[in-house]
Amino acid sequence: MADLTTDFIGIKSPNPFWLASAPPTDKEYNVRRAFEAGWGGVVWKTLGEAGPPIVNVNGPRYGVVYGADRRVLGINNIELITDRPLEVNLEEIARVKKDYPDRAIVTSIMVPCEEQAWKAILPRVEDTGCDGIELNFGCPHGMSERGMGSAVGQVPEYIQMVAEWCKEHTDLPVIVKLTPNITDIRYPARAAKAGGADAVSLINTVSSITSVNLDTMSPEPSIDGKGSHGGYCGPAVKPIALNMVAEIARDPETSGLPISGIGGVTTWRDAAEFLALGAGNVQVCTAAMVYGFGIIKELTAGLSAWMDEKGYKSVAEVSGRAVPNVTDWQYLNLNYITKARIDQDACIKCGRCYAACEDTSHQAIAMKPGRVFEVIDEECVACNLCVDVCPVENCITMEELEPGMVDARTGKKVEAEYGNWTTHPNNPAATAAE
Amino acid sequence: MPNTERTPGVVAGRLADDALAENFGDLHEPLDAHEAMVAADRCYFCHDAPCITACPTSIDIPLFIRQIQAGQPEGAAKTIFDQNILGGMCARVCPTETLCEEACVREAAEGKPVEIGRLQRFATDALMPKAHPYERAPETGKKIAIAGAGPAGLACAHRLAMYGHKVVMFEARSKPGGLNEYGIASYKTVDNFAQEEVDWLLGIGGIEMVYDHALGQGDLTLDALTDKYDAVFLALGLSGVNALRAEGEEHAHVLDAVDFISELRQAANKSTVPVGRDVVVIGGGMTAVDAAVQSKLLGAENVTMVYRRPRERMSASEYELHLATSKGVRIVTGATPTRLMGNEHVTDIEFAYTEDGPDGLQQTGETFTLKADQVLKAIGQHLDGAPGVIKLDGGKIAVDENGRTSLPKVWAGGDCATGGDDLTVTAVAEGRDAAEDIHQAIC
Repeated sequence: MADLTTDFIGIKSPNPFWLASAPPTDKEYNVRRAFEAGWGGVVWKTLGEAGPPIVNVNGPRYGVVYGADRRVLGINNIELITDRPLEVNLEEIARVKKDYPDRAIVTSIMVPCEEQAWKAILPRVEDTGCDGIELNFGCPHGMSERGMGSAVGQVPEYIQMVAEWCKEHTDLPVIVKLTPNITDIRYPARAAKAGGADAVSLINTVSSITSVNLDTMSPEPSIDGKGSHGGYCGPAVKPIALNMVAEIARDPETSGLPISGIGGVTTWRDAAEFLALGAGNVQVCTAAMVYGFGIIKELTAGLSAWMDEKGYKSVAEVSGRAVPNVTDWQYLNLNYITKARIDQDACIKCGRCYAACEDTSHQAIAMKPGRVFEVIDEECVACNLCVDVCPVENCITMEELEPGMVDARTGKKVEAEYGNWTTHPNNPAATAAE
Repeated sequence: MPNTERTPGVVAGRLADDALAENFGDLHEPLDAHEAMVAADRCYFCHDAPCITACPTSIDIPLFIRQIQAGQPEGAAKTIFDQNILGGMCARVCPTETLCEEACVREAAEGKPVEIGRLQRFATDALMPKAHPYERAPETGKKIAIAGAGPAGLACAHRLAMYGHKVVMFEARSKPGGLNEYGIASYKTVDNFAQEEVDWLLGIGGIEMVYDHALGQGDLTLDALTDKYDAVFLALGLSGVNALRAEGEEHAHVLDAVDFISELRQAANKSTVPVGRDVVVIGGGMTAVDAAVQSKLLGAENVTMVYRRPRERMSASEYELHLATSKGVRIVTGATPTRLMGNEHVTDIEFAYTEDGPDGLQQTGETFTLKADQVLKAIGQHLDGAPGVIKLDGGKIAVDENGRTSLPKVWAGGDCATGGDDLTVTAVAEGRDAAEDIHQAIC
């Protein structure tokens, strides 16, 4: 059996699945239920300053994007940080940590961008006995209008400054949670590292409007006829998150900086992908909000079974495995040539490959009598669209041409050697191959 | 004491009213909005979709399903009605398992096609309670007579009326709809849908209905019609019923299945329709299945359907045969009736086993006898009362691909004409296409 225990910046948990700072971790009741269900850790819903707590809207907080059969693909929220008094949260954190010493509890914090504010809250958080803090520099709605959340996360200098304050005023490990609502994720990550942060976590939610009510002309979720952008999460944002995690993992300036991967983790496979791209653990929210805490059983069993199958002994062994294979476009092998192949026995003759190729790609599929679809090698650029739109798994595949074979499209022999754009004769800036 | 399934003879009221109501309710419950969404989401929007090719009226099925997906079932209905104005009835009675749904690629993929028929009903049910969706073109001054207000006649009438022509429909019976009204099992079209559909169709305007007027009776001759009208469309259906030609066929309680089905459809209360305890239905088509299943649903104790050829030759679909057996109908194939026995009423029927040989179907000499206090004959119908001068082919009015007959100004379609599969949906296609050709010819 694979060992799922993780040590993330010194914080130990029985498995790499933490619940992200969000509604599921807003109070003792939920967190106890999560731990009973088997979650490895939680990042407690973001705490604000002492004093009167923030208030939330009293209408709908969530908007949604559905796939077939009302399957939730993405949720947008306009909820703010915890709206319960700081003292109550701190007491609850202390109680839960005492009862579940083997689980990770990280406290998320968002206070104004003033050193005094951070200096004031950090010792109180430390007193709970929690395992670490996460700086919420990510929420794109509401709090950002008050100069917090993503308003900080969008300015690398602020990230560094606050991270430095935290490192100075607490001994707890510091995780900086990053917003994806920026141009290049590497800059805020570098700033976090420069500020002494022990790790980054990403992504927070993506600024979004999920839909518009066409009767009232209000964005959804609608509060008295008006809507405000929210933060988008769930399976729909996973590709954005994977890329950002990989960018940080392979950036020489941040290489080795621990990453807690967040963004649409729904099954063990999603988690394994985040780990492979450099995450040391993952955080989950939307899947739990849609299906409940019980999904942890599938997540842990699935990851464990896959690791056994592949011979990985620990989560750490998986972490970063795919990072060396993430590269820049210019280094992709232009001598790697494939052609689409259609398995006629598996084909159900829907013609989606034909419509896609004929209407929107390279006219490389012929439709023959009897609805037989065949690839025209002379036209096929191997774009993969036919594979992507085919409703039958493995019906269309990409076959690699062996060196020496002739690519019917170009009439040229397939070369055995790797060759990329940097040395390609069509590149005016090409350097001669060595 | 009330009658039961075991009461001897041909009697009414074998089952309690609530059991009858249950038995004769909708065979396929309508989809609710969520079910329709889920069903619609399964459509792959195939290129040049096979379901369209399989539909005799060529409805753009992927388009209408996409319109349901996109939350506009009424737009979906318009897509259907553009091709098939009786799309509501066809959604209920089409043997989709041998048409669109058989061609659905998900049938090939999973053995579970997109539920096209039920989705079509969902769409058409959404639009039909609203105002008639088509506008009639300005009056052209042209007049067309249509003989027969069944599916072919109605489809033809609607299309011609849309073009602004005046249509007069002559119907032999006292109600419109043809087989939709008289010839289809009750559980396939409940709540008087056939009449409501005709009323809705007539909402186009410009169509005059004349009931209880059969072509060839009184002064309603084809000559009279061709004199008075710019064109004539014959949609007479098949009113003649084939005889068994077996000894003892004249016994009481030996009926034509079409009459039994029609009586059931017209009965406001199914408990008034008499049915035997031991019913034998002869034939292998949809009419035989409709009669056999409904006999069972009325409370007959034993219902046997006997077909003279092997099972794979039956024209009823595999789905229909499963329906029959699931309701408790026994199916016997490869046997032909030789003798009906009884005194005043039929009591037994003797069959001879058959074999398909090089010289056609032969009796093997082996026989068996079934108890039968009611025998329903469903071995086919034929054209009765075709105007003598018109050219026939195989007993039906010969028509070309546009429905033109051998006579000038005369078109024909539906079951009375050559071509087609004797289905509601093919009749609709023929009526519609003949209307297009008539429109071209007279304008």
